[in-house]
Amino acid sequence: MDVEFTKEDMAFREEVRAFIEENYPKHLLGKERGNLSKEDFLAWHKILYKKGWVAPSWPEEFGGTGWSVTQKYIFNEESAAYGTIAPLPFGIQMLAPVIYTFGSQEQKENVLPGIASGDVWWCQGYSEPGAGSDLAALKTKAVLDGDEYVVNGHKIWTTLAQHADWIFCLVRTTTGEKRQEGISFLLIDMNTAGIDVRPIIMIDGGHEVNEVFFDDVRVPASHLVGDVDKGWTIAKFLLGNERSGIAGVARSKKAIERLREIARGELDDGAPLIESGDFSRKIAELEIDLTALEYTELRTLAAESKGQGPGPESSLLKVKGTEIQQRITELTMEAVGNYASPWVPETMIGDNYMAIGPEAAYGATQTYFNTRKTSIYGGSNEIQRNIIAKMVLGL
Amino acid sequence: MDLAFSEQDLAFRDEVRAFIKEAFTEDLQREMGRSKNNYMNKDAHILWQKRLFEKGWAAPNWPTEHGGAGFTPTQKFIFSRELDTAGAPHTIPFGLVMVAPVIMAFGSDEQKKRFLPDILATNVWWCQGYSEPGSGSDLASLQMKAEDKGDHYLCNGSKIWTSMAQHADWIFCLVRTAKTEKPQQGISFLLIDMNAPGVRVEPIITLDASRNNQQEVNQVFFEDVKVPKENLVGEENKGWTYAKYLLEFERGNPYSSGLMRGLEQIKALAAEIMADGAPLSTDADFIRQATELETRIVVMEATELRIFSEVSAGQNIGPGSSSMLKTRGTELQQDISQLGVEVIGNYGFPFVEDTLASANQADIGMDGAPTIVPGYLNRRKATIYAGSNEIQHSIIAKAVLGL
Amino acid sequence: MDFSFTEEQTLLRNMVQGFVRDNYDFDTRTKIVNSDTGMSKEIWQQFAELGLLAAPFPEDMGGLDGGAIDIMVIMEEMGRGLVVEPYLPTIVLCGGILSRHGSPQQQSAHLPSMVSGEAIWALAYSEPQGRFNPTDITTSAKEQGGSYVLNGQKCVVMGAPWADKLIVSARVSGGQRDKDGVALFIVDKSASGVSTQDYPTVDGGRASEITLENVEVASDALIGTANTGLSLLEEALDYGIGALCAEAVGHMKMLNDATVEYCKTRKQFGVPIGSFQVLQHRMVDMFMDYEQSVSMTYMVNMKLDESADVRRKAASAAKVQIGKAGRFIGQESVQLHGGMGMTEELSVGHYFKRLTMIDTLFGNIDYHLKRFAQN
Ligand SMILES: Cc1cc2nc3c(=O)[nH]c(=O)nc-3n(C[C@H](O)[C@H](O)[C@H](O)COP(=O)(O)OP(=O)(O)OC[C@H]3O[C@@H](n4cnc5c(N)ncnc54)[C@H](O)[C@@H]3O)c2cc1C
Ligand SMILES: Cc1cc2nc3c(=O)[nH]c(=O)nc-3n(C[C@H](O)[C@H](O)[C@H](O)COP(=O)(O)OP(=O)(O)OC[C@H]3O[C@@H](n4cnc5c(N)ncnc54)[C@H](O)[C@@H]3O)c2cc1C
Repeated sequence: MDVEFTKEDMAFREEVRAFIEENYPKHLLGKERGNLSKEDFLAWHKILYKKGWVAPSWPEEFGGTGWSVTQKYIFNEESAAYGTIAPLPFGIQMLAPVIYTFGSQEQKENVLPGIASGDVWWCQGYSEPGAGSDLAALKTKAVLDGDEYVVNGHKIWTTLAQHADWIFCLVRTTTGEKRQEGISFLLIDMNTAGIDVRPIIMIDGGHEVNEVFFDDVRVPASHLVGDVDKGWTIAKFLLGNERSGIAGVARSKKAIERLREIARGELDDGAPLIESGDFSRKIAELEIDLTALEYTELRTLAAESKGQGPGPESSLLKVKGTEIQQRITELTMEAVGNYASPWVPETMIGDNYMAIGPEAAYGATQTYFNTRKTSIYGGSNEIQRNIIAKMVLGL
Repeated sequence: MDLAFSEQDLAFRDEVRAFIKEAFTEDLQREMGRSKNNYMNKDAHILWQKRLFEKGWAAPNWPTEHGGAGFTPTQKFIFSRELDTAGAPHTIPFGLVMVAPVIMAFGSDEQKKRFLPDILATNVWWCQGYSEPGSGSDLASLQMKAEDKGDHYLCNGSKIWTSMAQHADWIFCLVRTAKTEKPQQGISFLLIDMNAPGVRVEPIITLDASRNNQQEVNQVFFEDVKVPKENLVGEENKGWTYAKYLLEFERGNPYSSGLMRGLEQIKALAAEIMADGAPLSTDADFIRQATELETRIVVMEATELRIFSEVSAGQNIGPGSSSMLKTRGTELQQDISQLGVEVIGNYGFPFVEDTLASANQADIGMDGAPTIVPGYLNRRKATIYAGSNEIQHSIIAKAVLGL
Repeated sequence: MDFSFTEEQTLLRNMVQGFVRDNYDFDTRTKIVNSDTGMSKEIWQQFAELGLLAAPFPEDMGGLDGGAIDIMVIMEEMGRGLVVEPYLPTIVLCGGILSRHGSPQQQSAHLPSMVSGEAIWALAYSEPQGRFNPTDITTSAKEQGGSYVLNGQKCVVMGAPWADKLIVSARVSGGQRDKDGVALFIVDKSASGVSTQDYPTVDGGRASEITLENVEVASDALIGTANTGLSLLEEALDYGIGALCAEAVGHMKMLNDATVEYCKTRKQFGVPIGSFQVLQHRMVDMFMDYEQSVSMTYMVNMKLDESADVRRKAASAAKVQIGKAGRFIGQESVQLHGGMGMTEELSVGHYFKRLTMIDTLFGNIDYHLKRFAQN
């Protein structure tokens, strides 16, 4: 047992840090995620691509970095510590592993480069109005007609579909006894006729998710990934694949740092809030919980670098990680006191705009509202607990 | 809306206070204060209950015709709170609060005459034989058998978690008299003499390690115990209905005064303990924790007042209300006792087996220290018994939310 | 001891409930919130016609002689409808101060236009450096030849964009956090030297940053005496807490009902999600938190007229309960609605947002735990 990094690892850390410091677009620093344009999302992605670092988790033959588990961990840590806008997960982390594991040669050649370069924006079309936690209840239908599928149905909660060029969908190709058995994994060009994207505005006022309607959308049969009716296996593979970074430890550390900074600036009875016993106690509790999570993550990484496949511990990391994220945003909102209240729409920030309250307060409450999503999506925390109950406790 | 008690109620409160001051003597106070599990020795309980009996207050819940105190709902409420505030024990519930109302409602005249006076005067000690090794939350699955043998039942089986059975003269049991489709339908309510041949009591030692006849719970074994037919209450196979009737009496006492007293004791303890050169009671973190608990008790009290004012206006205390009081009250009991463990610090370690007997010796660390950790351990029971808190949640989900 | 409502109070409740149901549905509310002004003058006028703006004031001041319990009933029903109109700042806070402590001249000068719905008021007491402590005041009031000159900044003043008049706390003497030397002044929002920056708030309301620069007010603008302002302010905030608790209870009730209903109808895995015990027990905890909040709301409103010590403790305890319960019920309502709970379209998120900010308003859980302990 040993939690020290090797000399090589330390050197790697220096290299990563230096690269980020030198190359990260400074105008993006401190930008709230809710306020990012399409270009903002892609700027760092493209720089990483040029450097060859955009897809550390991919096998080298498809453009991966060939880093060790530790190196990947260090890279994530440094990126988070600097507060970079990480490449979106839909292409790099979700679709790409599916393609290089289940896709045809042609798909590998056509799809992976666009994901890596950031030229093609992908979104994830799983959930439907009647199929959330119970994904297998999905109804969007794909019927083979010659060498094309005709797709009809309705996806919902599709993150950033408004920017997307392509969508990967779970669709129903067979209606049978076992619902899981008639599902296929289909890639659909968002510019195809018959697709309609409608925004859903969230409680923080942001446009992050959408509904996507499919009305007789014709999709070449060659866009089916893997075998027909075997999409569920792929979806499950994808869920289990996502482990590193799911806990968001490094980003939470950064967020706690920011929280401290805010609490240093805010006054409470004439003294910095951070000196209040109550408040520092709450931050301390958070930090300790985060440390427990960090070491849990390190333990699973150690297992992973020994080649043990991902297991249900990703559920634990997800639950604890998101709970901590939610507590941090809650405490940040609490820290700014009365200034949690103002809501400053973009349109107000014109030439005559005077900042309302301390700058740190800006968006704190919206971020809190927004972060409620993390216990709902990616398999809700109730579903994750059910998974642990079944897989780990054998209940 | 108004929070004030009437003049008569205030006068009654003063009378209760005066009585407690006189009857809850220093000896009793000392013994109760040193209990790990809220039970004193048998003699002390009997002494206390006889004093209540002499005052006419042994049975606040009974109708006056049977010798009840004849309290109004408000008076019952005040009486209960005053006992808690003083740290005086309530009467042991099994006879006075549990079996007596069932006998009154469903028993024969013969049974009423035979049992009620002795219960009222605490001449006999009762215990409650419901739970079995295989039947806790799911009480209706109980297996203890009572076979019809003409003039008597032949009982075989075992009851568990029977509180204070070691002192008991009588036990009221739920027994199976018929195998039916619905398990609830074959259950009867039977009174059994603990001295009958074939009844055997074995202690169960709980976490607080009270033993030597001070244990709280027991297992009771019944081996070919002959119980005369006249000891059946009401009709055969109707026991479940009677038990449900009784359950309503098990809950619904106010918690807040007792909770406040518990918290005050911990605060007093904290004033004697030094941390960083100052009394712990002045430490900001301690204050925060104690205040957090205190505001929760205030919330509890407001809810109790609200519910009991509805009761005194003639409304019934619904299933939601009693389940809520039980859940939140017991959670607070546990949280308060946990603060006690935090406060006592290192002096939580020394172990004293018989804290009642050691009443006149100096405690290690500080007076009262040896009951703190055992008290905490013992209080874990509160969310398990009398319908566990999970079961209370399920009751509310069904009865109130319609889920 | 009596927790029941009088017949008049029940009628009042039915009236407000009916009005909100018929005239303030969620769509209407959304339109009002998104309008330029952010409130509806017509609704406000209707409140006046229904007598709601007169409800708590004594008859001889043109009121209906109600008290804290009547305000509680009104606020709870307004809470159900997420009403944004400034009943709390105008009637409860400022009206309360004027009717309890204003001079007869001040009362006759100001209450009639308040009761008729013409004038809207806001209480400007919080300051950027003061966090939740109303004693932490740097705004100064200097006496100058029979009048006072005010200088300073007030932050996040609820309802101020709509207000015609302000009640402003300022220091006539003493250090920044001294209990003595605080005075309350009636200030015309249009007075020279008053400048405001208006903005929407996250919970659908409006507020302002207010700067006072050599604002001159006549000495008859002073409410009470120059030294007792803090006790009047604290009392007003405690009345505010009583009303705010009622509003919060209205929100909680709506959220709990909506969540139970949703879980009974939303099906996943072939069954209503309300059949899962984890969700059932969560909703039971929400229910218990709600019930206990109701109890505390009744309790605090019955104790507002008692001595300052009793009142303070009651208000702080109630505020702590409402803060905790509001947080839990709000968060879990969103959670149990899944993705739908995150949408702007559903009212659930809006109740959640308001409940979130209610914890901040008049001091959050930590602040009131401390205040409770100090009293
Ligand atoms: C901001 C956001 C972004 C999203 N982005 C995408 C995206 O890009 N692509 C995509 O396909 N989807 C996306 N989703 C959808 C997300 O995956 C679903 O919201 C999620 O699966 C939950 O489904 P639901 O919203 O239908 O809630 P439901 O499944 O209806 O759940 C409602 C509540 O019931 C609980 N529940 C359900 N089943 C059980 C059970 N068996 N036991 C106990 N509790 C249970 C849930 O935990 C939840 O609390 C996004 C969602 C959000 C909020
Ligand atoms: C100190 C003490 C004194 C007692 N005194 C007496 C006495 O005098 N006479 C008497 O008859 N009994 C007595 N009891 C027994 C008490 O009533 C039982 O312990 C209680 O009914 C729980 O039963 P169990 O212990 O078998 O636990 P179980 O019923 O096995 O429960 C174990 C756990 O599962 C949970 N659980 C069970 N069913 C459900 C469900 N449907 N949904 C969710 N969770 C569930 C429970 O909440 C608990 O956490 C006493 C118990 C204690 C601890």
